[in-house]
Amino acid sequence: MAEKTVKLKIKRQTGPNTESHWDEFEIPWKPGMNVISAMMDIAANPVTKDGKQTTPIAYDSNCLEEICGSCAMLINGKAKMACSALVDHFEQPITVEPLSKFPIVRDLAVDRSVLFENLKKVKAWVPVDGTYDLGSGPRITPQQQEQSYPLSNCISCTICMEVCPQFNEGTGFVGAATISQVALFNDHPTGAVLKEERLHALMGDGGIHECGFAQNCVESCPKEIPLTRSISRVAGQVMIQSIKDIFSS
Amino acid sequence: MANPKIIVVGGGLAGLSAVIKIAEAGGDVDLFSIVPVKRSHSVCAQGGINAAKNLKGEGDTTAQHLDDTVYGGDFLGNQTPIKEMCDAAPAIIDLLDRMGVPFNRTPEGLLDFRRFGGTLYHRTAFAGATTGQQLLYALDEQVRRYESEGRVTKYEHWEFLSAVLDSNRVCRGICAMNLRTMEVRTFECDALIVATGGIGAIFGKSTNSVVCTGSAQSALYQQGAYYANGEFIQVHPTSIPGEDKLRLMSESARGEGGRVWVPKQKHDKRDPRTIPDSDRFYFLEEWYPKYGNLVPRDVATRAIHKIVYENDLGIDGQPMVYLDLTHIDRHTLDRKLEGILEIYEKFVGDDPRVHPMKIFPGMHYTMGGLWIDFNQATSIPGVFAAGECEYQYHGANRLGANSLVSCIFGGFVAGPEAVKYAKGLQKSPAGSNGHFDAEKKRQEEINSRLISSDGTENPFRLWRELGDTMTRNVTVLRYNKSLQETDTKIVELLERFRKINLSDKGAWANTSFIFSRQLYNMLQLARVITQGAARRDESRGAHYKPDFPERDDAKFLKTTKAYFAPDADEPRFEWEAVDTSIIKPRPRRYDMAK
Ligand SMILES: Cc1cc2nc3c(=O)[nH]c(=O)nc-3n(C[C@H](O)[C@H](O)[C@H](O)COP(=O)(O)OP(=O)(O)OC[C@H]3O[C@@H](n4cnc5c(N)ncnc54)[C@H](O)[C@@H]3O)c2cc1C
Ligand code: SF4
Ligand code: FES
Repeated sequence: MAEKTVKLKIKRQTGPNTESHWDEFEIPWKPGMNVISAMMDIAANPVTKDGKQTTPIAYDSNCLEEICGSCAMLINGKAKMACSALVDHFEQPITVEPLSKFPIVRDLAVDRSVLFENLKKVKAWVPVDGTYDLGSGPRITPQQQEQSYPLSNCISCTICMEVCPQFNEGTGFVGAATISQVALFNDHPTGAVLKEERLHALMGDGGIHECGFAQNCVESCPKEIPLTRSISRVAGQVMIQSIKDIFSS
Repeated sequence: MANPKIIVVGGGLAGLSAVIKIAEAGGDVDLFSIVPVKRSHSVCAQGGINAAKNLKGEGDTTAQHLDDTVYGGDFLGNQTPIKEMCDAAPAIIDLLDRMGVPFNRTPEGLLDFRRFGGTLYHRTAFAGATTGQQLLYALDEQVRRYESEGRVTKYEHWEFLSAVLDSNRVCRGICAMNLRTMEVRTFECDALIVATGGIGAIFGKSTNSVVCTGSAQSALYQQGAYYANGEFIQVHPTSIPGEDKLRLMSESARGEGGRVWVPKQKHDKRDPRTIPDSDRFYFLEEWYPKYGNLVPRDVATRAIHKIVYENDLGIDGQPMVYLDLTHIDRHTLDRKLEGILEIYEKFVGDDPRVHPMKIFPGMHYTMGGLWIDFNQATSIPGVFAAGECEYQYHGANRLGANSLVSCIFGGFVAGPEAVKYAKGLQKSPAGSNGHFDAEKKRQEEINSRLISSDGTENPFRLWRELGDTMTRNVTVLRYNKSLQETDTKIVELLERFRKINLSDKGAWANTSFIFSRQLYNMLQLARVITQGAARRDESRGAHYKPDFPERDDAKFLKTTKAYFAPDADEPRFEWEAVDTSIIKPRPRRYDMAK
């Protein structure tokens, strides 16, 4: 009997400004195999299905347990984390493509630094006075903790941005992940001191009003973060803030 | 003098902690990291972080924390710096709490604590089962704040290749490579802090992240830095076996009541849920009644090995045992362990709330690392180290949840020490900047040799061979004969490395080229680990030789210090006395109270 195999069809591109092409691979199946481990096996023997020598595939990965957020890509057309995409769960040949809304570095590696820039814009941090010993932090009820912990689980994978119809060059929309971080830090007793600045950052172009409530984000988030709830809460805060702004100007 | 200019390499907990302290003290920092710092390996830490806050009315003290750490490390750790760390830990937790880490809470709104291995106290603060992620994010956010103020410049997707040393072997900068453009460049600094994390990749499969290769530590060792206690490698008792990686099942699973067992009957084929208690062998609880499932990791790992390989009691004859949480109620599990249960569910496909998990030991952590003094300074002037890449805080075996605190503490010491050093630094004599060009040239030559080499060896296959040999011979059980064979094997691999054929000769984001450079450094460091193990004819903490089963303080209560002999292209060794100024060494036993 022929050995069980896995077929993959991978979209490749040697650099940001070169043409893309597809390479097909057929490699021995292993139990528990995921898309990243399949590509590791390809690296150890970089030969296509037709026996052509090729180069190992370039992609981002680090933790291999869906916590570092590195390995988002399109797998059979859907944005997924490749390290937790077990090949047995996908129809073959499995097509693998880079995320479509970010500049390509090479093959499946893309540049997603825009998210980190957005986090700067909304001051996604708690402004502590200093690192010297000032005693314990504010008391926080278990209920509050259970509300903020899930928001704090965002792995910056940018899948919510990839799947959002509003996230494009035209709108400059910041995307769900950033808005959800605003919700997180506005909730924090100390973080709230920057609430006004965060809300202002979400007002103009690319701000929260760009959201069209397509809900793709919440359906695709690998960490199941309640993104639409965060967006409605922050939208409410922005509204109140703009009213306040009118009266204080 | 102008603001001191510090380079920090590595943006895990240790590196970010150092950056924050330097920025706060008014220094300017260039921060280098292979991956965006928010994706550093620290994000994987699950179970928690230790500090004797004594919020459970148990009478815990920092002195107890010190004793547990020193005892758990089988007395190989230097006690003065460990004491400083344990004393600083409660304030570190407070600071993290102020930074917004969503730690689990008690009903009164205080921090909750869980139990971890090697202690009888509830000393581990935690944020669900993703503590490392939450801590890393908190520090990352503070660094982003400094970045937006212009104090910190990040160089992400840059790899440190080497230090730039002047004619007096003093560090004046670094040489690094852009992982996209492949540009090799030098950067000046007054002091350098390396915080480059673990070395799991040397063992092929481990619980570590992909970039934990130890390449930076190895490069510095080859440039003259001492590497200490390399032979002390922690094999975690409970990992999920996998083809690409050994995913960790955190000790917190046992901290929350998880029990380890095997069927009493060999090769019992029944569904574990139908096996009654009377037919189960809870071997850790039986052998170690006082600590039970929470014995230190080296002890638990050897026990599992014994059950599987000596007693042939592995599940269905396989190298696996059960880790069982099914007796704990679902709500508690979700509140305290959800993150790790999800990992098991996602990668194995069974729900651990319903099915006992199947686990086996896996390479996890290096106690050894760059040698540093009590101020985090390595033996190269101007180079400091913090975090898992240095050796200071864990002796012969690290206790669970002590690493995160040692990383942050180490960073908090290294940062200000580097600033202090930089302020007192004499400038290089004028016109003597040739060492920058020389180092750049040296690195470019390594690159062109590698790119143009046209042999037959595939670097990824060489790596698998290295990993297999190291895992087989240099983890749980060590025999001098197989250690010798391993060293011979590594020399062979170094030889074959020269015949590498890179199928990818591209000059843009060439990942196999980058990996091959790291592989060379892994091979060099693997020899330090292996030869260090061969030299230590005793058993202590994680280092276990069946032919020398006892600890031998007379001969080996000493730190192993390796240095590189460039002409011979191999490590040389020295011993250094251990600081035992606070607690007198005593036998380490976990079958009874200390
Ligand atoms: C699965 C798992 C769970 C764990 N759970 C716990 C726990 O619950 N409690 C606990 O105390 N400990 C735990 N540990 C151990 C702990 O997570 C690590 O020891 C710790 O996070 C190491 O932090 P670090 O800052 O030293 O390095 P890392 O977080 O590994 O960071 C290293 C940094 O260095 C960079 N880098 C590396 N090489 C280079 C180079 N050549 N050039 C440029 N940059 C480079 C990387 O990009 C990264 O930013 C766990 C470990 C694992 C594997
Ligand atoms: S919110 Fe979810 S989808 Fe968006 S970046 Fe965070 S983890 Fe990814
Ligand atoms: S490799 Fe970290 S999320 Fe996939």
